Amino acid sequence: MSLQFNNEQMTEFNRLVARYPEGKQKSALLPVLHLAQDSFGGWLPTEAMDYVAGLLKIEPIEVYEVATFYSMYNLKPVGKFVFEVCQTGPCMVSGSDNIIAYIQKQLAIQPGETTKDGMFTLKLVECLGACGYAPMMQVGKIYREHLTKEKVDAIIAEYRMQVVAQN
Amino acid sequence: MGVKLLLEKANVPGIRTYDVYRREGGYATAEKALKEMSIEAIVEEVKKSGLRGRGGAGFPAGMKWSFIAKPEGVPRHLVCNADESEPGTFKDRYLMEFLPHLLIEGLLISSYALGSNDTYIYIRGEYAWVAQILEDAIVEATKNGWLGKNILGTGFDCRIHVHRGAGAYICGEETALIESLEGKRGNPRIKPPFPAIQGLWMRPTVVNNVETLAAIVPIIKLGGEEYAKIGVGRSTGTKLISACGNINKPGVYEIDMTISVEDFIYSDEYCGGIAGGKKLKACIPGGSSVPILPANLLLKTAKGETRYMNYESLSDGGFASGSMMGSGGFIILDEDQCIVKNTLTLARFYRHESCGQCSPCREGTGWMEKILQKIELGKGEMSDIDLLWDIQRKIEGNTICPLGDAAAWPVAAAIRHFRDEFEWHINNRELSQTSNFGLQHYADPIHVPA
Ligand SMILES: Cc1cc2nc3c(=O)[nH]c(=O)nc-3n(C[C@H](O)[C@H](O)[C@H](O)COP(=O)(O)O)c2cc1C
Ligand code: SF4
Ligand code: FES
Repeated sequence: MSLQFNNEQMTEFNRLVARYPEGKQKSALLPVLHLAQDSFGGWLPTEAMDYVAGLLKIEPIEVYEVATFYSMYNLKPVGKFVFEVCQTGPCMVSGSDNIIAYIQKQLAIQPGETTKDGMFTLKLVECLGACGYAPMMQVGKIYREHLTKEKVDAIIAEYRMQVVAQN
Repeated sequence: MGVKLLLEKANVPGIRTYDVYRREGGYATAEKALKEMSIEAIVEEVKKSGLRGRGGAGFPAGMKWSFIAKPEGVPRHLVCNADESEPGTFKDRYLMEFLPHLLIEGLLISSYALGSNDTYIYIRGEYAWVAQILEDAIVEATKNGWLGKNILGTGFDCRIHVHRGAGAYICGEETALIESLEGKRGNPRIKPPFPAIQGLWMRPTVVNNVETLAAIVPIIKLGGEEYAKIGVGRSTGTKLISACGNINKPGVYEIDMTISVEDFIYSDEYCGGIAGGKKLKACIPGGSSVPILPANLLLKTAKGETRYMNYESLSDGGFASGSMMGSGGFIILDEDQCIVKNTLTLARFYRHESCGQCSPCREGTGWMEKILQKIELGKGEMSDIDLLWDIQRKIEGNTICPLGDAAAWPVAAAIRHFRDEFEWHINNRELSQTSNFGLQHYADPIHVPA
């Protein structure tokens, strides 16, 4: 098997499992899937789910059931940066429609798509608990709030720079 | 300025760290509880306080605690519900982000009172950085002897674990949350058995909201009776309100529940009025699932009395002319907002979040979204309004968990109070694509305070 946690990830895995009583290690499934997704390129191929099932000593189907239920697990590859823009009521009344249209235009993609260079994915999501700081989106582990067109431009530029700097 | 019991210290620089929290008097209440009070005495204070669950249902916390089963040799658990996913609600995030030690102190006292040696905080997965803040605070509290083994030499052991969810509103429902914490899909369980008898890993479990558990600290500090003197009637203590939508100052506010809705919206201390000097059209006062109210019924009850920001007053008139305190997610819509579109986004939300176990909820939420979409796109028929009404009625009360009701209520209330706006959409198919119904609804122009 090619997909495996490295030592550091394994330490984290053990730390997560230790939170639950003996014999209840399945309880660690959600946190462990987060770890797997972060470790294996932002999504969960079947191989990753099977690996997690093996580590937790549960059936692969128990992992598939969970991975398909929760919206944060990606079952397909995604761009390096995923823009998850909230479209629910409070954000909508605060202008999220305009922001979504603007991002679509700037990245030349539709919701659900990834830019050709594999940099950005646009996803429309439901309330993220940031309604007072609307319009907003989640990018990776952080929230980008009070979005304006200028801010969107700056954020896109920032991530492009980040990649240039890494290369 | 109203009384502040939870957010009093929120602006103290560095209050997120243990040292500052402790210097400001933090953990003194936990010390008093663990060293000087019996378990029964703590539960008694919580009962006397009249504290009602802050997660949405408003169930008395002390009563819930007294239901927990105590079979010999079976561990019990306290689970803190930090799933916070009801649209309009972002108060728990604020509390955890700025005052993580207040929550931990509340969890420690509550764990002691309930006999939970392993307590879990189930936090929505998207709040990843908040989860990290809590983890850091737990490490600090453990280092300083407030968590771990034999706390303060009392013989009581307590560990607190942070468990991140992964994006599912339904996991805020307590039995779905428990399933999720067991590593499964978030399918609500059929009750009974209630979690207090068979919850997490079939052990007796209490699930309480973040704000409820944080409020335990001021309750034990002041004493239940003193706490109950704040507020009015059965709305005791203070409540966090997360205000959003078309207001000048969206944010999280702590109120003692004696303030009027009008003052809350228009005073500078709170929402600061409607943004851009516009007029108030409607409000969803307690999170997306509670009934939306038009401005006139929001500010005054059907009897013409002032409406206040508390449990009783917000629900005055029942669903015919009132709403609910719910989770405290206060959503304001100004004169330019379209009720059909707003209702559509909420219907889409509930369709997306239905776990799919019961057919009325799974199918009904999908139909409601489709019909609302049709009306919104200028393709609606008059019969669609009655069809929507019919569907929501068939969902309500016919499902395993209250998500079905939560999906039905917003649609019902929108039709109940804004039927002419739906009709206008249907009668003006083209016009409705480029302009808004605005405030035509009101024969009597809406009262706007100076
Ligand atoms: C669909 C649904 C979603 C819910 N979401 C939450 C939530 O995000 N946070 C919360 O504290 N309670 C939520 N609840 C209420 C919980 O089931 C439960 O009543 C609450 O956590 C009890 O805590 P309390 O008594 O302290 O309010 C939800 C209920 C339902 C039916
Ligand atoms: S009411 Fe909806 S969310 Fe609740 S159990 Fe039934 S299908 Fe699931
Ligand atoms: S509606 Fe967008 S964050 Fe709540």
